[in-house]
Amino acid sequence: MTRITIDHVTRIEGHGRITIQLDDMGKVCDARFHVTQIRGFEKFTEGRPYYEMPSITSRICGICPVSHLLASVKACDEIMAVRVPSAAAKLRELLHCAQIVQSHALSFFHLSAPDLLLGMDADPARRNIAGLLEEHPDALRDGIALRKFGQQTIERLARERVHPSWTVPGGVNAPLDPQAREKTLAELPAAAAVVQRTLAMWKKTVDGFPNEIDAFSNFPTMYLGLVGPDGALRLYDGNLRFVGSDGAIVADQIRPQDYASYIGEASLPDSYLKAPYYRPAGYPDGIYRVGPLARLNVADRCGTPDADAELAEFRERYGRIVQSGFHYHYARLIEATYALERMQQLLDDPAILDTKVRAHAGVNSSEGIGVIEAPRGTLIHHYRVDDNGAITWANLIVATGHNNLAIGRGVLQVAQRFVDGNKIQEGALNRVSALVRAYDPCLSCSTHALGLVPLVLELRGPDGQVLDELATP
Amino acid sequence: MDRVKIGTCWLDGCSGCHMSLLDIDEGIVAVLRKADIVFGPLVDAQEWPEGVDVAVIEGAVSSQADLALAQTARARSRIVVALGDCAVTGNVPSMRNGIPVRSLLERVYVEGASAQPGVPTDGVPALLKHAQPLHESIKVDVHVPGCPPKPNAILLVLSELLEGRTPDPGSKLRFG
Ligand code: SF4
Repeated sequence: MTRITIDHVTRIEGHGRITIQLDDMGKVCDARFHVTQIRGFEKFTEGRPYYEMPSITSRICGICPVSHLLASVKACDEIMAVRVPSAAAKLRELLHCAQIVQSHALSFFHLSAPDLLLGMDADPARRNIAGLLEEHPDALRDGIALRKFGQQTIERLARERVHPSWTVPGGVNAPLDPQAREKTLAELPAAAAVVQRTLAMWKKTVDGFPNEIDAFSNFPTMYLGLVGPDGALRLYDGNLRFVGSDGAIVADQIRPQDYASYIGEASLPDSYLKAPYYRPAGYPDGIYRVGPLARLNVADRCGTPDADAELAEFRERYGRIVQSGFHYHYARLIEATYALERMQQLLDDPAILDTKVRAHAGVNSSEGIGVIEAPRGTLIHHYRVDDNGAITWANLIVATGHNNLAIGRGVLQVAQRFVDGNKIQEGALNRVSALVRAYDPCLSCSTHALGLVPLVLELRGPDGQVLDELATP
Repeated sequence: MDRVKIGTCWLDGCSGCHMSLLDIDEGIVAVLRKADIVFGPLVDAQEWPEGVDVAVIEGAVSSQADLALAQTARARSRIVVALGDCAVTGNVPSMRNGIPVRSLLERVYVEGASAQPGVPTDGVPALLKHAQPLHESIKVDVHVPGCPPKPNAILLVLSELLEGRTPDPGSKLRFG
């Protein structure tokens, strides 16, 4: 392969890139997903006091800053060796559920609905929220309203929508304002109605995408997610479970503190995003997936009534283990249902108003590991500190990283299905991007850098020369 | 009045400034009625087009890819807005500036790998020595600080620009 020149990277945003390799017959024989930015949080946080980590690491990602805040404060709780007051744990989970709702709304409506509602082959100039505003104004308004509900709840609890400083090591820094509780409870039914409407619409629409269902990362992998002691879905706190493609449990109830025995990380020569793998199976056989679809595959049940009814119907339609990456969209809506029900449960509990919300302590342990289920999947923060609490070593494994191998293979599968080696069709190209979009990868998180997947696609001949190139977000 | 053409992009930032832009909620519908978003993470444009009225840029300039995109956006846009502390001052991305790029990369891809240790070089853009604020690379017309700037400040800036005025966001803004 000839070396890709900087020009190719930079003609568009250049955060993500796909290369497609052709054989002598002009057929796709290889495809690669490259992530093109790196920020190095693991290195430049060395020497900082541990209690600065939540506000520094939340700047990894503005889409799900709450995920990083929470994984970080959980790691800091361990460094302080404290038990977080129960009201504070509830408030953190509530904040987290609000973030799941806003992030899933962004993914489904703002980013993917143009493909899903206007069509994969729609005019690229209109295949965006402006096109939605013309053709499906109600859906766009629903999406804006649902995202706003999540963001506003975050603002009410934490005072800022993006990068709040309310969650702190040991708990949260202020109890719940009873008025915020009332307002959020009052708005919950409307948010739930949006999700129900969207699910009803999607159930009628989804089977109109048979080719996408068939070719969007439709292959066996393991799945990883957090579960409770009873095997039910957990988002804020739980133990790790890996299941196989046949549904058999591969490893269960792994304490987050033991993650490193199960998860290894491989560097890739052509991407700034490392590829985690299930360590006992080695690289690259230890491929697994995370995120909404993986969590539903991993969990025995959600644990809330409406979400469990939806999950039962989902499994009825597609089986106990749902393999196609296209169904991340459907899974996202089921999880939004769960998150809203969980918010209702948490807010209905009067104990959430308790004013004891923060434990104070110094450095009582030299190591801390915090794991949560971010909207896009399992997020791990791991810190070591010296006696003064200065960070000596940090490791961050983010959701999109876990999916790196599966996205790469999915890109190949979808390219082989749709891309004609002699000329790139825009619609085919868009499907390759749509596969990546289905994972809702956060390249901000993934490289501790950037972006909503702007991609350059290159078609290369067998000798590596660039035959054709098209760019797309 | 002609529809205003807006392009947006993020360089070395966290996307939080773009999220704060979306946090104008229904305001986005009002913006879409007056303006076309011709480039950015929310639309399918192929490259930064000619004749853009307003370029909204988030993030510091950290790699060769960032630099080239900033220069293209500048050359093809009438007004450039630096959105957020990363673009205005370098902020969090510039925390790496005291560390040699090599040791940063080796920490992540050599020490931090249990399989195939090695620094990626194929098809990925090189990092610049320092992550810099936008104005060190290109001329910036409007600075909007904040990490991220508040949605109402962003809406004010956009509304003024859509009306053809140069915004003075003064009181609505603060760093951090
Ligand atoms: S200024 Fe703050 S919110 Fe904006 S990109 Fe930088 S870190 Fe993110």
